[in-house]
Amino acid sequence: MTTSPEYIARRVFRQQHKFSELFDMLDEVYDPEIPGVSLWDLGVLQDVSVDVAGRCKVTICPTYSGCPALNIMQEDIKACLDKYGHSDVDIEVSLSPAWTTDWISPRGRQLMIESGIAACEHIVVCPLCQSRGVRLLSQFGSTACKSLYKCENCFETFDYFKPL
Amino acid sequence: MDTPLLKYVLGLADDNMVLSQRLTEWCSNGPTLEEDIALTNVALDILGRARMFYQYASVLDEQKRSEDDFAMCRSEREYTNLLIHELPIGDFAFTMARQWFLDEFSQLYFSALSHSKDETLAGIAAKCIKESGYHLVRSRNWICVLAEGTEESRRRLLAAIDELWGYRHELFETTQAESLLSGVAVNRADLKDTWMTNINDLSARLNIELPDKDWFVTGGRRGEHSEHLGPMLAEMQYLARCFPGAKW
Repeated sequence: MTTSPEYIARRVFRQQHKFSELFDMLDEVYDPEIPGVSLWDLGVLQDVSVDVAGRCKVTICPTYSGCPALNIMQEDIKACLDKYGHSDVDIEVSLSPAWTTDWISPRGRQLMIESGIAACEHIVVCPLCQSRGVRLLSQFGSTACKSLYKCENCFETFDYFKPL
Repeated sequence: MDTPLLKYVLGLADDNMVLSQRLTEWCSNGPTLEEDIALTNVALDILGRARMFYQYASVLDEQKRSEDDFAMCRSEREYTNLLIHELPIGDFAFTMARQWFLDEFSQLYFSALSHSKDETLAGIAAKCIKESGYHLVRSRNWICVLAEGTEESRRRLLAAIDELWGYRHELFETTQAESLLSGVAVNRADLKDTWMTNINDLSARLNIELPDKDWFVTGGRRGEHSEHLGPMLAEMQYLARCFPGAKW
């Protein structure tokens, strides 16, 4: 599993962050469609802060511009922070710099593979039998961020999380 | 009175809103299940673009209209999309030929817009261009499949290109609002040669003879539309008009 330089930079940013405990709380917020992959793992969660009045600000970066999961993610962030006593939460959606699959954590990639999704490595490998003999069925799969492949070895169809 | 920047942003929003609505008409009607899903995913990306532009328009608007107000409460004469976006979906060849023309255009357009002096527009463009790359791979593939498929698929593709041909000019026409936004708006005329080269290259590879008779329709940015936009908006806006302020 490759660890991108972009992810290493994000990890350092988080570890040295003044409000790193907020990142830890938000590890409980998952992508609505990929079991166990947190918004941090996905590279959606960008920054957090709390002002003197106790107001939280969370910055997220949408994956694909039309992704319908974004609204659910915002609700889940608010519900999670509310549980920890932060009821006043402002969510900023940041478009720039644009989200990239390079921000996905190695853990996120591993969990995708375990869920039967080929992670966004540049070579497509069947997540079930690890064969490289795969064929593109459709440029877009179950969601805009994935395409649909078929394994020529085990004949299973699977989603491939596209590099972006 | 709308400022040139607001007019510019609304034009881009309307282009994407109308195209997205057209593509969603394929939902449950695609030729195969995979194509059905792919087309509706492309529609979703394009709806996302429309929303980003409408949200920015909302920030710029003195009347403080929301993105829903812009999309759901303006009539056809207030919509300023370019005409090519509003044409009915036709058959699958027509849909893919239009998509090919527009995906080739979007790649060039968003690449130029990502250098805009306006940071919000540059940010939206940088986001769109990555997704648009996948759309273009797909539409080019389909043009190859249709051109080299059966006699029937080739005939339909050529008919679609013929029908679309005169609508391409409007993509490269500078509006008054754009001419007032130097450094912010993309100079459309600059994109024309590259776009034409890209269309020519693939056509030549597939032995597609592009139409020799040229014609030109325009008016979308002034709110002068074909007869097709009104019925489309009536359907799209039905719920919002019947139940103002309805929420999920």
